[in-house]
Amino acid sequence: MAPAWPLGRAFFSQQREHHMPQHDGGESKVMSAEEAVGRLIHDGDMVALGGFTVTRNPMTLAREIARQGIKDLHLVAHSQGQALDLLVGAGCVRRIEIAYGGNGRFAPTCICFRRAVQDGKLEVEDYSNFQMSLRFLAGALNLPFMPCRSGFASDLLEQMGFGPELRGQGKIPPHKFVVADDPFSQQQEKVLLLPALTPDVALVHAQYASAEGTVRIKGLTFLDLEQARAASRVIVSCEEIVPESFLRQDPDQNSLPPFLVDAVVRAPFGAHPTACHYFYDYDPRHLHMYRQEAGGENSFRGYLDKWVMGCPSQEDYLAQVGATDLMRIRANSQAGYAPGLDRR
Amino acid sequence: MTLAYTKNEMMALAAGRMANNGDILFAGTGLSMLAAAVAKRIHAPQSTVFFETGGIDPTLDELPMAVADPRVMSGTCLNSGLLEAFSILGHRRLRTISFLGAAQIDAFGNINSTCIGDYHRPRVRFPGSGGACDAMCLAHAVILFMQHDTRRFVEKLDYLTGPGWLSGGQARDEAGFRRGGPMAVVTNLGVMKFDEDSKRMYLAELYPGVEAQQVAESTGFEMDLTRAQKASPPTEEELTTLRQQVDPQRLILGPPPA
Repeated sequence: MAPAWPLGRAFFSQQREHHMPQHDGGESKVMSAEEAVGRLIHDGDMVALGGFTVTRNPMTLAREIARQGIKDLHLVAHSQGQALDLLVGAGCVRRIEIAYGGNGRFAPTCICFRRAVQDGKLEVEDYSNFQMSLRFLAGALNLPFMPCRSGFASDLLEQMGFGPELRGQGKIPPHKFVVADDPFSQQQEKVLLLPALTPDVALVHAQYASAEGTVRIKGLTFLDLEQARAASRVIVSCEEIVPESFLRQDPDQNSLPPFLVDAVVRAPFGAHPTACHYFYDYDPRHLHMYRQEAGGENSFRGYLDKWVMGCPSQEDYLAQVGATDLMRIRANSQAGYAPGLDRR
Repeated sequence: MTLAYTKNEMMALAAGRMANNGDILFAGTGLSMLAAAVAKRIHAPQSTVFFETGGIDPTLDELPMAVADPRVMSGTCLNSGLLEAFSILGHRRLRTISFLGAAQIDAFGNINSTCIGDYHRPRVRFPGSGGACDAMCLAHAVILFMQHDTRRFVEKLDYLTGPGWLSGGQARDEAGFRRGGPMAVVTNLGVMKFDEDSKRMYLAELYPGVEAQQVAESTGFEMDLTRAQKASPPTEEELTTLRQQVDPQRLILGPPPA
């Protein structure tokens, strides 16, 4: 009898090296980024972007959206950096509901976002991070609104980004918020009611997913899970596609059930140049270069030509980044990031 | 011999000194990250630093460059998400102290991090509230970071992103807030605090080598300068910790002293 251990291990690694691992029973949702975006995202859709500033932005999917020239998107997010800026710069976005458009020290305000707002080319509705979180939670729970006590006496309540002509159209709520009496309060206290968000599509970049769509996110989940639960369709790109049985060995670690996920896209380094905990750090060189290139409309066209239009697949993109830069940001297994990485 | 140090170093230390051992510290991007990290390493080792992204009590072996930096996820007691972080920020059992930066501030500590000029067609657009409005509304207290000049210290904000003491006096209570409000503003010239009754900003501490007149000239509203004390300069321990342990690459500290 052959020893079980080496055989099992060889079988396992062989499975993992194939793009399409064997299923454990369910139907495979694995498809290319091109197919997922082409099938599930349409002009004018409301799209929720996962991740947060420099981490786990769904960049492979964002580049694919830009390549397919999808237009008039209505982006919704709490704090977004790189994916938001790329999509705005590429002309895919008509309006945004957001709390924060920035990329940490690399771009305290997102570059293309700032230019588009200043030039009056983007319709923006401002909320706070907590408010956007509650709006996604309401959508996820199939509730019409959530109450909140953050925002009173601020201009978030006074200034409307979307004009009256847009109110109540499509997915734009008839009111940005409503101030109401707390019906449970003896002291006539007020609460702020925030309208639910139900995006057409949520984009998530995860570390692991099975072909069936069970998702495992490592590190902070931010609001990705609420965004996915609130959306009509969910596209998950992932570093590794692993067998469903592997994810079910430790279900405490899992983040989303398979039936909420419509497409699984294998995308190694799919968050680059943002970070993906335990896989790679953010790429300071690329983010600095991006800031330079995004600074002017012409130079940004050059960036798009080289890094988006010129790279039809993720493999092309990674070849363009180069093995040296990818290895430089490779995460240390203990820390989850790249200790000592030159981030200046 | 006096030690050479920069304005950024002084700011991070001046703010960090205000944290008490055991406080729950909510840190934003930039100098607030330094302040929280240096406080935890020197005089407030029992304090907990957490981030609105959901990273709670990371070891901060390396300085995060954003609140979503993987460095806020390492060695934590818990990695969670935004809803968990906001439940801590406003928790009635906790005295959370928030460190924040802003683009504009007025005499009552209301802040703007959204835009300059008309909201619909701004001259300059900033990132927006993020968690700033939430921290100003829900935290037990807020320590603000500002560069001190008349464009930033203004009579009237272009946009009120986060409510401070509103129009002063009882205005914050009357608006329905149960707690919180700014406790200090740390700038490159000194530390401002707020009068207990009027809630108007006054100069509380001047850094060594700075004259009160410089503060008056850099402020776009009238500021009480009569209560100013001298801030103590950084100690060797503080500077060594800040430079060697907290930010050795000087990512946020910027250029070293000349």
